[in-house]
Amino acid sequence: MMRSILLDNTVRCVIVAFMALACIGLVLPNWILNNTMFGLARGLAVLGLLLLWRTGLISLGHSLYFGLGAYAVALLEKHTGSTDIILRLVIALTVAGVIGFFLGFVLRHYRGIFFAMLSLAFSMVLYGVLVKTEALGSTDGFSVSQTTFLGWQPASKYPLFLSIIAICIVAIIGVQFYLRSAIGYLTTSVRDNEIRVEYLGYSVARAVHIKYIISAALAGVSGALIAMSLGQVDPDSMVNWTVSGELVFITIMSGPGSVVAPFIGSITFEFLRTFAFEWAPHAWQLIVGGTLLGIIFALPEGLWSLIQRLWTKKGKVL
Amino acid sequence: MNKLVFKNSLKMLTVGAFVSLSALASPPLAADSFKVAVVSFLTGPAAGPFGVPGRNGAELVIDAINAGSMPAPYESAGFGGLQLEAIFADESGGNAKQVAEYRNLVEKQEVDAVLGYISSGSCMSVAPVAEELQTLTIMSVCGTPRLFEDSDWNYTFRTQAHAVGDSVAAALYIRDQLDDVKKYNGINQNYAWGQDSWKFFDIAMQQLIPETQAADNPQFPKLFSGQYGTEISTILLDDSDLVHSSFWDGDIEALVLQASVRGFFDKKKFISVAGASAVDNLGKRFPAGTVIGTRGEFGILVREQEGELNEWFINAYRERYGVYPLESSYQYAQSVLALKASMDKSVADNGTTPEKDQIISAMTGLNFTSLAGDVSFALGEGHQAVHPVGYGITAWNDEKDEPTVVDVKVYPAHCILPPPGQLSEDWLAAGMPGSDC
Repeated sequence: MMRSILLDNTVRCVIVAFMALACIGLVLPNWILNNTMFGLARGLAVLGLLLLWRTGLISLGHSLYFGLGAYAVALLEKHTGSTDIILRLVIALTVAGVIGFFLGFVLRHYRGIFFAMLSLAFSMVLYGVLVKTEALGSTDGFSVSQTTFLGWQPASKYPLFLSIIAICIVAIIGVQFYLRSAIGYLTTSVRDNEIRVEYLGYSVARAVHIKYIISAALAGVSGALIAMSLGQVDPDSMVNWTVSGELVFITIMSGPGSVVAPFIGSITFEFLRTFAFEWAPHAWQLIVGGTLLGIIFALPEGLWSLIQRLWTKKGKVL
Repeated sequence: MNKLVFKNSLKMLTVGAFVSLSALASPPLAADSFKVAVVSFLTGPAAGPFGVPGRNGAELVIDAINAGSMPAPYESAGFGGLQLEAIFADESGGNAKQVAEYRNLVEKQEVDAVLGYISSGSCMSVAPVAEELQTLTIMSVCGTPRLFEDSDWNYTFRTQAHAVGDSVAAALYIRDQLDDVKKYNGINQNYAWGQDSWKFFDIAMQQLIPETQAADNPQFPKLFSGQYGTEISTILLDDSDLVHSSFWDGDIEALVLQASVRGFFDKKKFISVAGASAVDNLGKRFPAGTVIGTRGEFGILVREQEGELNEWFINAYRERYGVYPLESSYQYAQSVLALKASMDKSVADNGTTPEKDQIISAMTGLNFTSLAGDVSFALGEGHQAVHPVGYGITAWNDEKDEPTVVDVKVYPAHCILPPPGQLSEDWLAAGMPGSDC
């Protein structure tokens, strides 16, 4: 199984591409490095949403796990002073995974709009608690210090960049591994016909539940990495429903075609926003929204379909 | 297949290298210009009353100084001989967004300094990043005293006196001008500025007018929430006779409109610490007889004040933008003047084109002339400005058919702010030693 995963074309391309990115990272100016880091980190949460989407589920509340991951990092530092990357990631992953596990028992019974709205409700509960509690930073949030690596405090962002790349590779391999497993093959079957899946002897609820936990954990790690690369957490940028909306936005923009799509979509989004913000400070939201509309009309299968199209064309020439 | 993988990765490498090279090849700054990012709310509820007037105030003064057309003492052209190139950025989208954008401004657009910021949330989150990126940052409007009392910053300055000054001046004004205040309540936004503003107002009231009493249910709605029906009902039902509010941005306009229709201002006296923008924006719909402040010698409070610099500013602003300069126009202009004064001083001290460290040492502890009064960087190890703060009562000027303020009283800095080295809370708790107004 593992061997077949490593021979998988997508995984091999991903590893090569990310290695290349890691090398280019050495010479990239800081702002490109920063935006790529944000893009890759956010891509993890989008990858989780993509898993749900393939089953026909859209969550409007993944900012809950994104925010839990980010706040886990900030609160860990506030209460213990620890800024170690491993500790930060482990605690973010654990908190998001455990909460996802428990909420999953409720959410696995719902589909469609009910699933979307219920997850939205859960995320807004966290938002309300954070905003009202001064000990949790209220609307101001916290600053997050630079990440240390086993006690070593690097002078540049590059080690964090490398770590994010490594985490992304692990996540992509893991998700690919999951999709190739029996429970992963249920992904589209659940969307197409739940009753038939049950008659085949599988538990649909359990399949959805596992998927939900994976996506929650991915969103948690994503939030933690964003908090680390940004140096700030606050409810409006991490937990509010607009953040969930943004994640869904990127998911749709990327398209469901591949596990690589979320990262391409998310990096594109990050640069799009940066340039829109720079060129039209009065109307940057309009540019971002207009682009999504354009992509939905022109590329209903997302940015990935564009890459796929170019790829197959070239394949024919070859 | 392997060939394909190899070819594609090669292509990716080429594209990546091209992107990075083109970014590296961006032209270096011309030696005789100094690039500054001016950050204020350009979208959202704070844009109209604060962000855009602030941006305009900065733009007007920057253009005038570049051209050398400002009155004394800023008649010399340029900032320490350099032309200032301003780019304008939006403050909307939350603290984390601001931090990301700050990094872009410094690392992508390669600005030499960043100026602005209205929300205390932005200031608190940007200051640590300014330190990390070692970039001169001048805060213009935000008010929380925590900025310089919780930490020391080497690269951050603030040209606006902090919230303690506004709150103590408010209590002094109530003591001097209002009779029959027995109980006061408050409606403030639930974040650093709103919480601090209420806390310091409450302590100052207890120190200055001990016979008054605070209501036990001060209201803290969320920033930018826009709907205050519940809070207005709650306050209307209690027996307080004065209501304190540090609302600003579109929130103060929403609050005033929603409270007016319910007869709020007939039943309660109202003191607005930072809502003067609404007096101009709402015109006759803003209730007369309200106590308002502008957090300094700014805006409507100094509209009738004589002085070459102030009159030039009001006239030039009206000519260019068609409206009166508001509080934030003065606050942003004040930050630009601080930069001008320190860059000129740096040239006088060193005789060379000002560099970052020279500007910072020139600015530390500097005294400079603002549009309608003097300012000095006296607190926060010479990084936090102090200046007088005034209040007045709104009225309608029938002759000019525009709003005005009467009974203006301005309190000097030593009466309303702690001396250097003392924390605000300790100073207030000790009975404000040194304050003799």
